[in-house]
Amino acid sequence: MRSCAARLVWSIRKGQGREMALQSAKQYETVIGLEVHVELATRTKIFCGCSTEFGGAPNTHTCPVCTGMPGALPVLNKQVVNYALAVGLATNCEITRYCKFDRKNYFYPDNPQNYQISQLYLPICRNGYVEIETPAGKKAVGIHEIHMEEDAGKLIHDEWEDCSLVDYNRSGVPLIEIVSEPDMRCAEEVIAYLEKLRTTIQYLGASDCKLNEGSMRADVNLSVRKVGAPELGTRTEMKNLNSFRAITHAIEHERERQIDLLLSGQQVIQETRRWDDTKEYSYAMRSKEDAQDYRYFPDPDLVPVYISDEWIAEIRNRQPEFRGEKMARYREEFDIPEYDIGIITDSKHMADLFEETVAICNAPKKVSNWLMGETLRLLKEKGMDAGDIRFSPQNLAKLIALVDSKAVNSSVAKDVFAVMFEEDVDPEQYVEEKGLKTVNDEGALRKTVEEVIASNPQSVEDYRNGKEKAIGFLVGQTMKAMKGKADPAAVNRILKELL
Amino acid sequence: MELLSYGAVELATAIKEGKATAVEAMEAVLSRIDAMEEKINAYVTIDRDAALEEAQEAQKKIEAGVLTGVLAGVPMAVKDNLCTEGMLTTCASKILGNFVPAFSAEAVVKLKQAGAVMIGKTNMDEFAMGSTTETSAFGETKNPWNLEYVPGGSSGGSAAAVASNECFFAVGSDTGGSIRQPASFCGVVGLKPTYGTVSRYGLIAYGSSLDQIGPLTKNVSDCAAVLEVLAGHDTKDSTSIQREDTDFTSALVLDVAGLRIGIPRDYFGEGLDPEVKTAVLAAAQAFAAAGAIVEEFDLSLVEYAIPTYYTIAAAEASSNLERFDGVKYGYRTPEFDGLHNMYKKTRSEGFGAEVKRRIMLGSFVLSSGYYDAYYLKALKVKAMIKKAFDDAFANYDLILGPVAPTTAPRLGESLSDPLKMYLGDIYTISVNLAGLPGISVPCGTDKKGLPIGLQLIADRFCEKKLIQAAYTYEKLRGAFGLEH
Amino acid sequence: MANVISDETIDYVGILAKLELSDGEKEQAKKDMGRMLDYIDKLGELDTTGVEPMSHVFPVQNVFREDVVTNGDESAKTLKNAPGEKDNMFIVPITI
Repeated sequence: MRSCAARLVWSIRKGQGREMALQSAKQYETVIGLEVHVELATRTKIFCGCSTEFGGAPNTHTCPVCTGMPGALPVLNKQVVNYALAVGLATNCEITRYCKFDRKNYFYPDNPQNYQISQLYLPICRNGYVEIETPAGKKAVGIHEIHMEEDAGKLIHDEWEDCSLVDYNRSGVPLIEIVSEPDMRCAEEVIAYLEKLRTTIQYLGASDCKLNEGSMRADVNLSVRKVGAPELGTRTEMKNLNSFRAITHAIEHERERQIDLLLSGQQVIQETRRWDDTKEYSYAMRSKEDAQDYRYFPDPDLVPVYISDEWIAEIRNRQPEFRGEKMARYREEFDIPEYDIGIITDSKHMADLFEETVAICNAPKKVSNWLMGETLRLLKEKGMDAGDIRFSPQNLAKLIALVDSKAVNSSVAKDVFAVMFEEDVDPEQYVEEKGLKTVNDEGALRKTVEEVIASNPQSVEDYRNGKEKAIGFLVGQTMKAMKGKADPAAVNRILKELL
Repeated sequence: MELLSYGAVELATAIKEGKATAVEAMEAVLSRIDAMEEKINAYVTIDRDAALEEAQEAQKKIEAGVLTGVLAGVPMAVKDNLCTEGMLTTCASKILGNFVPAFSAEAVVKLKQAGAVMIGKTNMDEFAMGSTTETSAFGETKNPWNLEYVPGGSSGGSAAAVASNECFFAVGSDTGGSIRQPASFCGVVGLKPTYGTVSRYGLIAYGSSLDQIGPLTKNVSDCAAVLEVLAGHDTKDSTSIQREDTDFTSALVLDVAGLRIGIPRDYFGEGLDPEVKTAVLAAAQAFAAAGAIVEEFDLSLVEYAIPTYYTIAAAEASSNLERFDGVKYGYRTPEFDGLHNMYKKTRSEGFGAEVKRRIMLGSFVLSSGYYDAYYLKALKVKAMIKKAFDDAFANYDLILGPVAPTTAPRLGESLSDPLKMYLGDIYTISVNLAGLPGISVPCGTDKKGLPIGLQLIADRFCEKKLIQAAYTYEKLRGAFGLEH
Repeated sequence: MANVISDETIDYVGILAKLELSDGEKEQAKKDMGRMLDYIDKLGELDTTGVEPMSHVFPVQNVFREDVVTNGDESAKTLKNAPGEKDNMFIVPITI
């Protein structure tokens, strides 16, 4: 596939030239399907009233239900179904009107009941797709199903004491698992698909989808086959991929590993592998105690969920304007560059901020400049996401007004913005309190300029001798004397007059 | 009249009227326990101090007029698979031998709100798996009618405690007959309500789709009163049903005229002890004589109930009992080599033979390649059995039959042949599969002097019909019980 | 006995159920399970074509909780019965 000229990192094996190896590898295409787990943004867990908040001391967000106490019973959080439906509708899925929960049985200490409540037989959403952009054009990636399930607890390893410790704060946090069809052919498509899911789900407010924090997790199912072969090859499942970079590398390595096996006459074994990002290497997670026979059966403690037309209509009516529609509208409504539109709409939070600020100040270009410039710079510097922006549209609009009215100059405005970014201060009040207003008193300004001229005879001399640049130095000196609170254009004008 | 011979409601009335106190009642029960427990072993745990203290507390509240519940001051016994906050809850298993719950089962909370005072926790078959109370890790319970016989099971401790006056009433759980069968063997009244009537929150699950909590009492009036307290919708149990008609004591009416009673021919065939048959048919005669319309009919599918039940119950149990792993509570093997060895040793040492047998069977029928052939097939047959009952209730108000094919077997006779033991559940099990209410009322004794139970089954939500018929029969039958 | 349970099957089920049986127990388990399965095979006599499997006996559906936090810090209760505890967490044999 032309759009997928995957970077080939190919080892040259004994007796086989690099060219030959490349040729052999090119005979294979990669087939990738994804299982994406997304932690939903509910306030409480899926089956109990414990908080889903991050960062509590161990086991402080637990109760009999989410720690598998004898006699405890689950009751489904309705918001979980609402979010799953919203994601299903946004990804063009069919909704299973009568869906059920099943138990997936396996022993592991992060799973307090030793079964996970999930959906196998009747998942809530099926047969959907999302459209991604590839260099070769638009492409639909099929969604096999979306199901609801509970997250596991956390294991902390104490190698010194040779034991592991279990914290059940995350146990029972609601997840949806989005299972794609094996429709992707290279890492670029995988990333595009994940980006598409991420923005869609963020727009819905169903999750913040942070790969690095684990609120979005992707397992990669990958197989290779001879180009044009009708059947799929044996696939492996890769886990522990915490960044787009890790996903890209893992895909390339796994493709290579499988082709290597096939070329040397061996077979790919269907197995789960774990990616080690620091070593850039994966290993099989096999154990004789791990039979991979989950004995799914309908959970008798939970009753079926029936989803009516009315319920679906209600969720549909609440769906937001998604990114594609928003981008089209921005092109119509706002005179800002395509690049800016792309960045702003990448995050619903930033897009909301943009639109609300524009609604106040009616200056899209200026708002966009603040977002594209200082905002992105500070986000990057502090390692934050657009979703973490805390300043209000009101305050950004006020800052723009202060600059417009020349009440502050642009350099002061940037300093004020930095404070506003941190603490969401009211820029008007802040400028007032800190005395940062530009001095517009012509007399005072003229007096300072006169003083600067008097104390810098050499520069005055240079300027008069035709050294145009010398005026820059004098402007700088004046600004310094004014503690930055002058309009540089006015200083320039007065200097020229007096010289 | 000696205090111990009072029924639960009679006692509550006497206490309210100042003719007795909650403390006297508790003291009487505790001294009875002192006299009997060595022989009977109905209890796993008794906390005398707590029981007396609670009784004193209750008495004060009754006198102050703040505790007015229908069971105010009445000492009760609770099956050891119902969680009790601060008191050992073992399921008669080594694996939970040291487990003290942090919350009480909803059923226990409700009984306490109604004023009942807990004496302790009663013995049972381990995790309610068994029909004799011999699979308990804490020794078998003996039948108060004859100490060489089993009390039935799995709620054998509860039934024996009621029969021997070691409590005024008890609660048990019924997954395939575990209330009705021991009630029958011990000559007391036991009722399994419609599935969803009593909250399962805090009941340590065996077969979640079949488990129901219900009363074991000295008479039908107590049964109705205790059930009225137990029943009610609970938001903590998703399978709990909202129903209005839970004023069961209003059905304590002497009238069976015109009541249509069906007797399944299939319940009186091969395997039924002739003495049991005679006693049960005599009870049917009594109903007919009192104006009920009694006739025989073919229920069908009776022989398929046991394989269906054991497939479903074992499958659910294999999953429900996975949480007992030595990580969060209960027994953990002292020596192990790594995680999976810890799991295996803990569970192999912690569970008894019958529990392991059912876990193995349940894991197998759910395993890859067998799910459709066994588990799914059983769920389909369950639907057919339910349909057979629906058809029967189109024609009858009640179904009448025996509770068990025989009276209580001798101790040690059953465990050697599990399959034979399972066959003893034939008349009770389909009631759980179809989610129906069923009651066991004593209807005579055999030549050995062991009680025989009569079973009445009603359509779902029709406990009132059961209670009215059982109450009427009880009066027709006359006094019944162990001479103490 | 129609169903003959092999050693492999018993070992496999032992892995699934986390039970370790002694040789004597294994022999007994093979016999018991074989007999039970023979008995369960009786269900095969019934034609269940077109019958919907019934996991819930009554048609109760849509039982939900609202998304409201109801629980505070219950960690003391959670850990009360722990066979091993450290730093407010359960101790288990090392899992890596």
